[in-house]
Order: sequence, then structure tokens, then C-alpha cells
Amino acid sequence: MLAAVIVIAALAGWEALVQGDVVDSLLLPAPTEVASSLWNDRGLLAPDLAVTLQEVLVGLLAAVAVGAALGIGMHVSGALRRALRPLVIGSQAVPIPVIAPLLILVLGFGLVPKVLLVALVCFFPVTINLYDGLRRVDPDARKLLRSFDASRWQSFRLLEAPAALPAAFTGLKVAAAVSVIGAVFAEWAGSDAGLGHALLTANGQLETARAFAATFLLFVLAVGLYGLFALLERRVVRWR
Amino acid sequence: MRTQTEAPLVEPRHVHSGETGVALDGVAKAFGDVGALADVSLRAAPRETVAVVGPSGCGKSTLLELVCGLLDPDAGTLRSAPAALMPQRDGLLPWLSALDNAGLALRVAGRSRAEARAAAHEHFAAFGLDGFERARPAELSGGMRQRVAFLRTLLAGRPVLCLDEPFGALDALTRAQLQQWLAGALAREPRTVLLVTHDVEEAVLLADRIVLLSPRPGRVVAELDVPLERPRRRTDPQVVELREQALNVLGVA
Repeated sequence: MLAAVIVIAALAGWEALVQGDVVDSLLLPAPTEVASSLWNDRGLLAPDLAVTLQEVLVGLLAAVAVGAALGIGMHVSGALRRALRPLVIGSQAVPIPVIAPLLILVLGFGLVPKVLLVALVCFFPVTINLYDGLRRVDPDARKLLRSFDASRWQSFRLLEAPAALPAAFTGLKVAAAVSVIGAVFAEWAGSDAGLGHALLTANGQLETARAFAATFLLFVLAVGLYGLFALLERRVVRWR
Repeated sequence: MRTQTEAPLVEPRHVHSGETGVALDGVAKAFGDVGALADVSLRAAPRETVAVVGPSGCGKSTLLELVCGLLDPDAGTLRSAPAALMPQRDGLLPWLSALDNAGLALRVAGRSRAEARAAAHEHFAAFGLDGFERARPAELSGGMRQRVAFLRTLLAGRPVLCLDEPFGALDALTRAQLQQWLAGALAREPRTVLLVTHDVEEAVLLADRIVLLSPRPGRVVAELDVPLERPRRRTDPQVVELREQALNVLGVA
């Protein structure tokens, strides 16, 4: 309730700022202008939303697959852990705006380089959170399973995997929130569709309201994906 | 007198129930520079309840982990029938129901979920857990959690039970109730029991024999027989007398 009041107050303040000519609406369009652009340009923006949504979903899927494999691999094998940890961390030091044009150059304007960039941004939180979750198991429970002569696979399935689920979901939620960044950078480096592309062309045409509308859709996309994972978490992690 | 290490105790793993009991001779264990146990010798005959009492940090938990085969002794010999551990904090898995927690050892032993549940459920009424089959540990009281943990230990089907301060985290009233309850449960299902506790009275109430350990590194300072009829009450003169005697040895009274 209070949250709604805060949001409405902020929007109203913003609207007043623009309507009162304190800020040029070419630089900062009023919320009503953004809203009307969202509606009037829907024929333009909807296909872009679909393209970006596809990039983000496939990229997230790839990130989850790779992240789960790496997280589990690093947990069960000391050699894998020592070999991969610097690479996994180092991968996040690679500046996306630098690597994006290279990927586009090599892989073309299609879906593949976008998916790769989304996955590059998203696999890290998935990997690290899952890995940490698998390690932080109640030592008493570990002793208990060992005293039952549980095999490596049994202690993974009965103890470590369920214990790591909350952390794994944290990783997924972080990944969902940052996934659109990868998609936008990839589209900026070279594409003919998507919300990032729409942003770029709207900026070029001084259609600031439409640029804001595209940004708003990115915002909704990130929040929606986060909410989806949060919902899934509540259904799966029932013991908290 | 220390003999060379004869552990790891692979050989007695599948002995008939209760045939071997537990036997430690000159067992020592250190973690780095910190000695946990020094030259500990003790025996638990089949179906005997032996309480191990000592100050905090005297290596009592280490002793149980040795008996359960989770650790190997640095020196001495250790022979034991297969043992099941009940860890200090209950060690219940928060995502499993009470029923699934109780049947965990059976699942590990390769039984199906349905079989494990059925086996655990047979005991639920006797354990006062009726109606809480599907409850998760967070929904159970401290006393109920301990009972689920004890049932899980029992269902492991091992002749030796290693109970690590099973009632240490409970309030005094619940603890008193559960001590009575455990005495009853052990009378129905006799096992060889190593009961680690820092509560001398609990030891007198439940054990056939009490082994008193010194501060770290733990060594046996005295053994007391408890030749009293059951059920025992904390107000019985002999119980009080034995308790005072044990506290004397520990240098408290």
C-alpha cells in the first residue's frame, strides 16, 4: 500500500517536472508521454519485445545448464575446482561491450551471439551460488549420512542437492535480473530487432518517449523473470 | 600401554546384532596439536547402556565418531559392532517430513520411499508422534525433534546406538520427560548404547555404567556401576548418592 503511494508520488513529481518545463521533454519525456508511446508504438515494440524475450529465455536456459554443470563439477572434483574457478571468475572481467562486436563479427546477426552473451552474464551467479550452496551443508547431517554408509551419490541426492536449492534459486533470481543487460549489449553490437535495437533507433530519431517505452519493457521483462523464479522458489523450497 | 593402530574397523561391520558390543583399548585421537582423547579404554557389553560424562570439550563427541567409524584413532584399538550416530543437534533434514526423516537410514540402505515410510510409521504412535507424520522439522517441538532423531537412529538397525547429548538443547521439563521416555524405549528395544552427556543425573538415571572423562585431552578418570532397579527416579536416595559421588570425582561437588 505504502509502496504504491511512493511509486505514484514519484511519477507525479516526474510528470510535474516535465509539464512545468523544468526539464525539456525531449531529454526527459513525462510518464504520460511514455505511456502513450507504449500504446501508440505497440505495433513497433511488440515484435521487439518478442525477440528480446526469446534471446533472454534461451540465454537463461543455457546459463542454467552450464552453471549447474560447473557448480556441481566444481563441488565434486577438487581438480575441476582449481582449474575452473579462475576461469569462471575471470569470465566476469571480460567487458561485454568489447566482446559483443567480436561475437557478432564471428557468429553473425542471428540469435546465437545474443544467447551467448546473455549466458555469459547469467551463468556466473548461477554457478557460484549453487557451488556455495552445495558446500554449506550442516556438518551434523553430513556426519549422519556418512554414519549410514551413504554413497557419494546418495549424499548428493539426499543431502547436498536439496540443501543447495535455496542458494541455487538466489543465483537464478540474480541471473534473471541481469539477463536483459546481456541481450541489450548484444543487440547494440549488431541486430535488426529487439528492444535494445529499438532503443538505439529511437534515440537516433530523438524519439525519447519511445526509447523510454522500450526501457520500460526491459524493466518489466527483468522484474517478470525474477518474479517467475521467486514464485517457483516458493513452490519448490517449501520448508522455509 | 598403547598398541599400534588396528583401526579402520572394517571387519566387524556386519556382525550379528549385539554380539560384539564396543571395546576401546588405549585409544588416542588428536586434531593437529589439540589432543581430543588420550589413552581411553572402555567397554560396553551387548545391551548395556554406558554413559560417558565429562566437561565440555573433553572429546566425548570425538569418542562417538570413532565408534561410528567416522574417524580413525591415532593409536590404540577399537572394536565395535555397527553403530548408528545421533548427532548433538538432531541433524534432521529440514526439507523432509518427520516420517521421511525417521526412515532416512532405510532409504540410504536402498529401501524404497514407501517401504521406509511404512517401517517408520509403525513406531510413530509408540514415539508419541502420531499425527505429525507429514510435519517438517521446523513445525515440531524440540522434544518431538529429538524423538524423530532417535527413531531414525533406531531404524538404522545397528546393534550399537551412539547418542551425543540427546537432550542437551531441551528445557528442563522436556528433558526430564524424554529421559523417562528413552528409558522406556530402550527397555522395549534393548541395544548397546553409548550415551554422551554432561548431565551426571541423566547418566545415573539411564545408564548401567558411567565412565567419567577428564578435561581435554579426555582420559578415563573413573568408572561407576549403577546397580539400581528401573524405573529410577531422580529423588531416589541411591540416585542422589551416585550423582554426588560422580560429581565428586569430577571435582565439582
